[in-house]
Amino acid sequence: MTVNLSKGQGISLQKADGGTLTAVRMGLGWQAAPRRGLFGSRTREIDLDASAVLFADKQPVDVAFFQQLVSKDGSVRHTGDNLVGGAGQGGDDEAVLVDLQRVPVHVNNIVFTVNSFTGQTFAEVQNAFCRLVDETTGQELARYTLDGGGPYTAQIMAKVHRVGNGWQMTAIGTPANGRTFQDLLAEIQTVL
Amino acid sequence: MTAELVRGQNHPLSGTRLEIRVSAGQPVMAGATLGDADGRVPGDEWVAHPASPRLPGLEVSRQAAAEHRLAIDLDALPEAAHRVNVLLALPSGPSGPGRFGALAAPFVAVTGTDGTELASYTVTGLDAESAVVALELYRRQDAWKVRAVGQGYAGGLTAMLHDQGLPRAAETAARIEDAVAQGASRAVSAPPAQVGGDAARRVAPAGGGPADDRAAVAGHDPAVPSATTGSGATAGGGAPSGGGGPVPEPAAPAPGPISYRHPGRRTSAPPEPAPAAPAAGPGQPYQPVAGDATGWTMNERLYNQVWGMFEDLARAAAAYRSAVDFAESRLEQELDRVLSDPRTRVGPAADAAREEARSRQAQLVEQARGVLDRDLDRLVAEAEVVEHALPPAFARWDSPVWHGYQVPLETPMALRLGDLHLPERRDLRIPMLVRLPLERGLWIDSGRFAGGADASLVDSAGRRRLAMDCAVAHAVRLLAVHPVGDYSVHVIDPAGAAGAALAPLLENGALKEPPVAGARGVSEVLGRLTQRVDLVQMAVRSGAVDSLPPDLDTSEQLLIVNDFPHGFDDRSVTQLRYLADEGPSVGVHLMMVADREDARAYGPVLDPLWRSLLRVTPVPDDHLADPWVGHSWTYEPSLAPSGSEVLRQVLWQVGQARKAYGI
Repeated sequence: MTVNLSKGQGISLQKADGGTLTAVRMGLGWQAAPRRGLFGSRTREIDLDASAVLFADKQPVDVAFFQQLVSKDGSVRHTGDNLVGGAGQGGDDEAVLVDLQRVPVHVNNIVFTVNSFTGQTFAEVQNAFCRLVDETTGQELARYTLDGGGPYTAQIMAKVHRVGNGWQMTAIGTPANGRTFQDLLAEIQTVL
Repeated sequence: MTAELVRGQNHPLSGTRLEIRVSAGQPVMAGATLGDADGRVPGDEWVAHPASPRLPGLEVSRQAAAEHRLAIDLDALPEAAHRVNVLLALPSGPSGPGRFGALAAPFVAVTGTDGTELASYTVTGLDAESAVVALELYRRQDAWKVRAVGQGYAGGLTAMLHDQGLPRAAETAARIEDAVAQGASRAVSAPPAQVGGDAARRVAPAGGGPADDRAAVAGHDPAVPSATTGSGATAGGGAPSGGGGPVPEPAAPAPGPISYRHPGRRTSAPPEPAPAAPAAGPGQPYQPVAGDATGWTMNERLYNQVWGMFEDLARAAAAYRSAVDFAESRLEQELDRVLSDPRTRVGPAADAAREEARSRQAQLVEQARGVLDRDLDRLVAEAEVVEHALPPAFARWDSPVWHGYQVPLETPMALRLGDLHLPERRDLRIPMLVRLPLERGLWIDSGRFAGGADASLVDSAGRRRLAMDCAVAHAVRLLAVHPVGDYSVHVIDPAGAAGAALAPLLENGALKEPPVAGARGVSEVLGRLTQRVDLVQMAVRSGAVDSLPPDLDTSEQLLIVNDFPHGFDDRSVTQLRYLADEGPSVGVHLMMVADREDARAYGPVLDPLWRSLLRVTPVPDDHLADPWVGHSWTYEPSLAPSGSEVLRQVLWQVGQARKAYGI
C-alpha cells in the first residue's frame, strides 16, 4: 500500500512479512513545460536531474548522477538522464535503483536530490513527486508530492538511511539552490 | 531474358548476388549444400538447412513452405566452395505426401536481386523420390554457371547427402527433419494463392493430375476449411495419394497459435534462453551457472558474464576500499579530537577514548571485510564454473578445450589476453577478454617494470626473450581462433634476435614468409602493409570494395615488430605510426615487442604511438585500470604452461588446415 508522505515524515522499509527490502527504486517525475505550437522545438524545456549521494556519517563518499550513472561501489544506479520531463501523470521520469544489500557498510545515508539543470525555478515545475518502489515486486511503498513550488532551483527530496539493521525512508522536501548536487552538499548536511 | 532449362542444361550467370525462388504445390524443405572442387560436401558446416539456415553468402528458410526464396551471394562463399547444390525435400511423417510424384512438379528460378529471372527449371519426372537436387551453381574458370540437375532420391535426404560425400549424412538428415517438424509448429502461413495466380500458374501438373491451387494454400481460417490445408509439414495434407492421383484432400486447419510474423521478413531465430542460476533456497549455497548473462550465443553470454564478473569485482573492491578509507580517516579525526582537548590528552580517559576509536575502526573494517568476502566467495564460485565452460578463444592455454582444438569456421567475438586480479583476492582471476578485431595494437613491454620482484632478476636479454615468447603466445592464439586463411602474421625482426622464440610459428607453416631482417626488410614489409591499408581505406570510402586488385590479401594482418626501433629509419617510423593509427579499422594490427627506453632518442614524439597501443607485460604487473572505478589490476599474460606442447599442437593443426585449403 502506498503511503503518501508529508514533509518530514518517515517510513520504515520493512516488508509486511518482516523481511527487509533488498532493492528499491526511487522514481522522480515532473511535468514538462507546455509545448508551443510554432517553433515548438524552442520550447524552453525543463531539465531536472535526480542525484543520489551516499554519505558515511556526514561525509559524502559516492554518488550516482547523470555524469556517473553508477556509484563506484555499484549499489546505486541511475537509469539515465531525462532532459525534458514527462506528462506529469505520475510516471517516473528519472529513476535511481538502490541495491540495499550492496550498499557499503560505512554508508548510512542516501540522499536524493533534484536539481534544475536548465535554471528554471520550481515555480515553473508542476506535479513534481518522488516515490519509492520495491523493485522485487514493483509495489509502490511511499510517495511524496512536492506542493507549491517556489523561487529555488533544487530540492532535497528524501533520504534513505540505516536504522538498526534495516533502512528507513524520510521525506525531506527542503528547497535549495544549485545546478548539480555538488552545490547542495552544505544544505544536505543540515538534513542528515 | 529467361532461359528455361531442361534437365542437364547449363546457363551462365551474370551477377553474383542471386535469389533462388522455389514454388512447389506443397510445403517442401529447401536447403543448399556447398561442394568443393570435386563436388564433395566436406562436413555439415557446409550444409544450409532449416536447423542451420545461414552460411557465409547463403541463407535458406527455416521451415518447410510451398514457396521459398534463397539468397545467395556467390562472392561471399568460402574460397574453397566450388558448387552450390539447391535441394528440396519433402517433410517426412505420416501426414505428408512422402513422394514428389504425388504433387505438382516443383518450379525453381534463379533471379537477380532486382527480381529479373535469369534461368528457370521445372523439375519434372519425379515419382517415388522424396528429396531432389534441383539446381547446381558451379564455378567454371572464375565464372559461375547454373545447371538444371533434377536428380531425385527415393532414399530421401540421407541418401542425397550421402551421395554428396557428406560424412554422417544420416545424422544431418535427421537434424534437418527435426528442425522441419519443429518449424511446422511456428510456420508462417503462406498467403492464400489466388486462382490463376503466380504460384498456381507456375506449378506444372505432375503425373497428369491437375494442379490444385488448394495445395499451395496454407492458412488457419477455420471459416473456409474446404480451401485450406494446414501450414507446415504436420498438416501438409491428407493421406498419401496413389500415383497420378489427385492432390491430397484438404485437411482440417492446423491447431496452434497464429504466427504474427511478417511473412516477407526473415528474422533470425531468438536465441535459446540463457541458463540462469537457480535461486538458492535458504541455507543453500549459491550455485553459479556458466552463461548466466544475456547474449544471442553461448559465447556472447560467456563474454558478458566475464565482463559482469569483472565489473562486480571492481565495484565490490571499491566498496571495501571506500569503507576502509573511511574507517581510517574517522579514526584519525577521533584521535585528533582526543589530542586537541587538553583535559583529555593524557590519563585513563584519553586511553579509553583512543581504545574506543580504534575498536570502532577495527569493527568497521571487519564488517567491510565480511561483506567483501561474501561477494568474493560468490565470484570465486562463479569464476570456477565459467572458466571450465570457456571456448578456446577465451580459455587459458592449460584448459582441456585446447586439446580438442579444431580450426574454427568463424571468428570469435573476443580473445583472452591474460588474467586480471586485485590484491584483495589473488586467486580470483578474471579473464581479460578483448573484442576482435582488435581495436588497438598491442605493445608487449620488454622493458624494466616496477612490479614483480622476479622481473628485476631477469637481465635485458631474458626480458626480451620473455616478451617475445609472450608475443608468440598471443599470435598463436590469434591465428588459432580465426578461420583458415583469415589471419596472416608478418614478423619484423631486424636483428634476427627472436629466432628461437619464433621457431614454433616457423616450423608449422603458420608464417607465410620468414621474419624479415635488416633495414631493407623493414621498409619493404612496412611499405606493403601501408599500401594495403591505403587501398582498402580508399575502397571502403568510395564504396568500391569490389574493385580492389585481385592479388591484394584481404585477410586480417598481424605485424609483429621486435626490437623497435632497431633497423627503423624515420620513414619507417612514420609508416609504423600510420599503421598503428589507421590499420585497425581495415584489418591491419600491430604487435610491438619493445622497450620504450630503446626509443628514447626520439624524445616525446613517439609518446602518442605508445599511448595508442594496449600495453601488456610478459610478467605480472599492475598497470591496467578497469573502466568503472579505475583500480589498478595486476595483469598476467596468457602463456602456455612450461613444458607444454599445446602451442605447437595448435599450430600444427592450423598448418595442416592451411595445407588442406591450399593456402
